Amino acid sequence: MATLATRLRRAGILYPFLILFIVLAVSSGPFFTKVNLLDILDQQASTLIIAAAGTLVLVAGGIDLSVGAVYALAGVTAAHLALFASPALAIVAGVAVGLGVGLVNGVIVTAFRINALIATLAMSFVVSGLASLVTGGNLVIDYSHPGFADLARTSFLTVNTSTWTMLAVVVALAVVLSRTTAGRYIYASGSNAEAARLSGVRVPLIKLTTFVLSGGAAALGGVIDASRVLSAQASNGETTLTFTVLAGIVVGGTSILGGEGAMWRTVVGVLFIALIGNGFDLLGLNPLYEQIALGGILLVAVGLDAWSRLRQP
Amino acid sequence: MARLTVPSPASKTGTHVELVGISRSFGGVRALDEVSLTIAHGSIHALVGENGAGKSTLGKILAGVITPDRGQLLLDGEPVTFRSPREAILRGIVLIAQELSIAPALSVAENVFLGTEPRRAGFVARRALRRRFDDLAATAGFELRGDLPGRGLRTADQQKVEILRALCRNARLIVMDEPTAALSRPDAERLHQVIRRLAAGGTTVVLVSHFLREVAELADEVTILRDGRLVRTAPAADETEETMLSSMLGRSLGTTFPPRRPVPPHAPVVLEARGLSAPGVHDASLDVRAGEIVGLAGLVGSGRTELARALCRAQRVSAGTVSVAGGALVGRGPWAALRAGLAMIPESRQEQGLMLGRPIAENVSLASLARLSDLGLVRRRAERQAVAGVLDQVGVRVPAQAAPVSTLSGGNQQKALFARILLRGPRVLVADEPTRGVDVGAKRAIYELLTSLAAEGLGVLLISSDAEEILGLAHRVLVMRAGRIAAEFRGEAMTEAAVLAAAFGAERGA
Repeated sequence: MATLATRLRRAGILYPFLILFIVLAVSSGPFFTKVNLLDILDQQASTLIIAAAGTLVLVAGGIDLSVGAVYALAGVTAAHLALFASPALAIVAGVAVGLGVGLVNGVIVTAFRINALIATLAMSFVVSGLASLVTGGNLVIDYSHPGFADLARTSFLTVNTSTWTMLAVVVALAVVLSRTTAGRYIYASGSNAEAARLSGVRVPLIKLTTFVLSGGAAALGGVIDASRVLSAQASNGETTLTFTVLAGIVVGGTSILGGEGAMWRTVVGVLFIALIGNGFDLLGLNPLYEQIALGGILLVAVGLDAWSRLRQP
Repeated sequence: MARLTVPSPASKTGTHVELVGISRSFGGVRALDEVSLTIAHGSIHALVGENGAGKSTLGKILAGVITPDRGQLLLDGEPVTFRSPREAILRGIVLIAQELSIAPALSVAENVFLGTEPRRAGFVARRALRRRFDDLAATAGFELRGDLPGRGLRTADQQKVEILRALCRNARLIVMDEPTAALSRPDAERLHQVIRRLAAGGTTVVLVSHFLREVAELADEVTILRDGRLVRTAPAADETEETMLSSMLGRSLGTTFPPRRPVPPHAPVVLEARGLSAPGVHDASLDVRAGEIVGLAGLVGSGRTELARALCRAQRVSAGTVSVAGGALVGRGPWAALRAGLAMIPESRQEQGLMLGRPIAENVSLASLARLSDLGLVRRRAERQAVAGVLDQVGVRVPAQAAPVSTLSGGNQQKALFARILLRGPRVLVADEPTRGVDVGAKRAIYELLTSLAAEGLGVLLISSDAEEILGLAHRVLVMRAGRIAAEFRGEAMTEAAVLAAAFGAERGA
């Protein structure tokens, strides 16, 4: 029993992902084409960036529910600035806003010791409000400033820069998590904060850093998507994005309790959810069932995690 | 409702529980192999053996926490199968585990009656609860206030809550797993009296214990286990500590403590505290010299752990200074203490020491990663070699460094913590109960480690509730009482009686 559970737990979503991939490749002609696959990656670029940083937050024992709001705020900030300033400045400002929100999140959670779930939930309302203030409730349209689109839509080796950016961020954060001392401290903080502290790990600093990275990543995602569609509005993303990101991380098998997880898991988890959506589109299934299927899968993933923990000797 | 059925009163003599051919494996490792034994009504039956010998597993099988792979359990001659602790409780068998389970938000009385609260129309009847608690505590002879919050309860008091909880469920057989491991001597003595009274009243007590003296004093019968197999069950009167030990180990152990090496006369002071005050600690001053083991004794709750945590900056300090190797400790947090060369082995290895789900290697290298990395990237080969080196030094053989540290036995987990410290290489080590809950073999190994660390010039502050351990290892003993260092003994004056007297101080008999 234990070995089966351990194996299931280790492989996690990988087998279901491969099965779904093969099923879609066989049942849908347009699925297994370069255009469609690159399109999936391009569409998931921002989600993957945010989820990659979110993985660090979760492994360190935190949670960030403000990413949807930060995504929107950074998107409208950049889109707004792009109307009258250089695209570079717009992009930098957008990301900086996210880093700032992340810093505030981190300080609230570590210095004031407020539960991360509540702190970032509260911050998500504040940030959403700020986003609406920036836009005045309107859609910000940058069609007359196509230079802003270069960030996401420049093609390099037939692949969009948004996808390249995503790959760079995911690989960089994967290296941080699995190969660096900072990564070890992230695992240690989430696995046993007191043990980490007594071993000389500055747990608050580690946690704070993960929140800053999460804020920055959420902002980068927002800016990339605003650049891709040359518009942004305050209601972009919001809660749906936050929960899609969390779902991707958790479906991949990273524990919401901290101390366990890996970047490849998050990538597979996010893409798994994306494949379900893509499959519903390509196979012409009723999209209403997509959400139901997604929720069911999430429950199974979390259930499996809990079950295999119980079975551990 | 949650009211439990009272088991029918049975004869006071004869067999209460019989185990026939019990086997149980965990992931390929056989924890129990064809173990058979009988436990008499109203007896105190001790289960002894090294960690991993299977005694805790046996206790858990009795109490329905674990189901055996093979074998039969007979209760008053009737075959029974417990699929859960609840089923065992319904038949009058309760386990008091090593890890106590106290709900911090509930009061002592509420904790005791958890799940069996007296109620009226669905509401907890508070007055009845308090009255029943007082009756119960009086019957058991405990001085324990029912309205204290569960949060922050001392281990000794938590233990009492667990026992009262078992009693109020009409337990006829109580399995106690290492009940005195975390208790100071007087608390343990009091618990012994409670156990005797329980047995005299007809309750059967199964005692899982590492303390062989306790077993010899307390038990009616002793079952010795080795590597999951039964060695023998015999009347405790026929056993001595030595006979039990040699059967457990399969060889006889020489002296328990390694020889003390004298501290060089001009050894520098490596840890110096002056007027240290923190929550639970008042105006404590102490010196530890290089190569010296200083014992810190005292009753549980006397401030030993608090002092250790204050020294290591794990707790906020309100006044006083700490110097390590001549340099004043500045900065906040254990990080600053560690940087200065002051490391700690915490009281609870699972809660404060280890990352249980993480690999052994990560647990060992955690405090030394800066040295094992280049530009923030962990040099994995160097790490693997360093970890293998220190694990070898502390005498832990691991199947794979990547295996979770939770797969190690308790003694080896503790040694892994020592390996972490060795790898870090501090000037001073504060070890808080380093041998709690580990088997005799591991204890001996830890004693040797502490002695050899001191011989290499480390200053050691050793906290222990085991007075023998402190007297056997330390060059000098400090005794704490009510948050202060009340006495210091060295040389001839270091006797158990003197230490105990100082620990109790003037309040004795109060």
